[in-house]
Amino acid sequence: MSEREKILGRIREALQVHAPLPGSHGTTPVRSIAEPPASHARAWLPAVGASVEEQFALFARNAADLKADFQLLANREALPAVLRSLAQAEQWRRVASHGGALTDFACAALGLPMLLTDRGYEVQAMEQCDVGITECDVLVAQTGGVAVTSRSAGGRALSVLPPHHVVLARREQLVPDLPAAFARLQQLYAPDFPSMISFITGPSRTGDIERILVLGAHGPKKLTILCV
Amino acid sequence: MNFVSDFKTRATAKAGDLRHRQVIRTALRGYEIVRDKRKAAFQSWESARQAAAETKWEAVNHLDTHLETLVAKLEARGTKVHWASTAAQAREIIAQILRDKKARSIIKSKAMTSEEIHLNHALEAEGFTVVESDLGEFIVQLRHEPPYHIVFPSMHLTRGEIKDLFQKELGDAPSDSPEELTMVARRVMRQKYITADVGFTGANFAIAETGMISITENEGNARLTAALPRTMVTLLGIEKVLPRFTDLALFLPMLATAGAGQPMTCYNTMYSGPRQPGEVDGPEEWHVVLLDNRRTELLADAEQRDALHCIRCGACLNVCPIFRNVGGHTYGTTYSGPVGAVITPHLRGLQEWKHLSNASSLCGACTEACPVKIDLHHHLLQNRRNAVSAQPAFFEKLAYRIFSIIANEPTFWALAKKIGWLTQPLQALVKGSSMDPAKAWTKTRDLPPMPQETFKDWWRNRK
Repeated sequence: MSEREKILGRIREALQVHAPLPGSHGTTPVRSIAEPPASHARAWLPAVGASVEEQFALFARNAADLKADFQLLANREALPAVLRSLAQAEQWRRVASHGGALTDFACAALGLPMLLTDRGYEVQAMEQCDVGITECDVLVAQTGGVAVTSRSAGGRALSVLPPHHVVLARREQLVPDLPAAFARLQQLYAPDFPSMISFITGPSRTGDIERILVLGAHGPKKLTILCV
Repeated sequence: MNFVSDFKTRATAKAGDLRHRQVIRTALRGYEIVRDKRKAAFQSWESARQAAAETKWEAVNHLDTHLETLVAKLEARGTKVHWASTAAQAREIIAQILRDKKARSIIKSKAMTSEEIHLNHALEAEGFTVVESDLGEFIVQLRHEPPYHIVFPSMHLTRGEIKDLFQKELGDAPSDSPEELTMVARRVMRQKYITADVGFTGANFAIAETGMISITENEGNARLTAALPRTMVTLLGIEKVLPRFTDLALFLPMLATAGAGQPMTCYNTMYSGPRQPGEVDGPEEWHVVLLDNRRTELLADAEQRDALHCIRCGACLNVCPIFRNVGGHTYGTTYSGPVGAVITPHLRGLQEWKHLSNASSLCGACTEACPVKIDLHHHLLQNRRNAVSAQPAFFEKLAYRIFSIIANEPTFWALAKKIGWLTQPLQALVKGSSMDPAKAWTKTRDLPPMPQETFKDWWRNRK
């Protein structure tokens, strides 16, 4: 018998004895589960505003708490100027990005040497880049974070290897809360999900030394989210 | 090895170590403040807890079907799944993958399962280079000691100690500022990611419905571990399964809140396969090793089955008065604190580890703190009961037998009171010494003085 069969056998034998539902204190379960217990999560998670304006305001507050830089721009045409001023302030020399409607448009205006991940890349070369510019799939008002995938954001490494991650997002990518974010991802990809989906909530951080917050533990020290 | 006396020796030393107390108190005071703030931001933290508990109940009580779905989904996307009944099997499976890939260096992100099976030791003995990439784990690895806490591995160290450690082991420690020390580790680790042959990770959740492994981290080290090396290995305890993709919408913020008082951990990443056609990076091969290691024994104990609901957030450790006084290393186990005291007897033997269930004030702070409502302090009582019924303590039984005879007979009871009243002053002479029969209790406590008159005497003599 394979280990698989042995383990599954032990599980089935163990489950012959019924365990009470949590919270029923050994008596008959107080109710049966007719629907997934977490399906009402929206009503319990932190509140988000009803209107899109309130949700953008919440996103901005949460992003600021996380020490991420969030800017809501008037339109797509405002992107190049913002990126150019970032490039100047941080003296970018090399930029890593990937092909995409927003990234192509914004990066073309930068006029800097580009590393595009679309046809494969050298890890050492990406490590030398000052910034990784990616698109994303979802902005979550509830958390102030974004979700990227290996398909929509130039692979797995682009959003974590360079010291500055710039996310280019569109207004319609904002969702109110986490249940809506997961629903959006399912709607976008199910059943053929990208091999990596990552919720990025603020720049990389650690508190492993005396619980003092330090940004840029292994991933980016800075996270900029530009929404058009 | 005597686990009980080792525990007592270490606990006595740590409880009297004022520096240790100061460090732990500073670290955990901040935790409680931010956690309470994040809990208050929930519209209903209690409803969320109940739903999380029920979701985990559903997952664990149908573990066989969820595991089969998970594995079928993982395999359909080219992931290689391995099953390990024991720690030794898991170590051998992982070592064999490394041999097959002719790997030399392994970069690891934080995984308590790997601590549980003592993976680093086994791999290093075979000549592989293993580097822990989580900053806290990296620090304790340099010190050749196990993690102090399941979430905050280097919580017991001050910045000065870490500076000295980096200076000694890496020859690079510009100052004792946490910022600069973190940047030293960042520089060291960068090249390790790029040159490592294999990336190793643990897992926080496994989603049956979509065949995904979810990894929660703040630093980005697991992201890089799963992005750059050509082979990826994930070690997953079989109890980590959740039924649905959307369950994460509840569990991710709850884990972050209970574990570290964050609204969301910085990176929550779901992996559903190795690099897929059309993707630009990621490992060519992904191996997922499913670990039993006596979890099925805990599953068979229906009374304590909910201990498998644990999401390893560490909340019960943080609030535990015992943990805060004796510290993480005193337990001598992979999982410390209340949850460690509950599950270690199941994973490593009841009679050898029952003392952990006695090292408790039964205050219930752990049960209150648990985001998935594990009935921790009652399980500690059940462990005590089970340990005694499996191996009764002769003298304790005898003492209670004698007590019941005396207490049931008024003449004996009156006599015993008189004897007690007469002999208690003598006890003061031997108090706390080895001649004192109640030494374990009296060496740190004073008995209240006997009253001059018993209640019965007072009642009889009252005017």
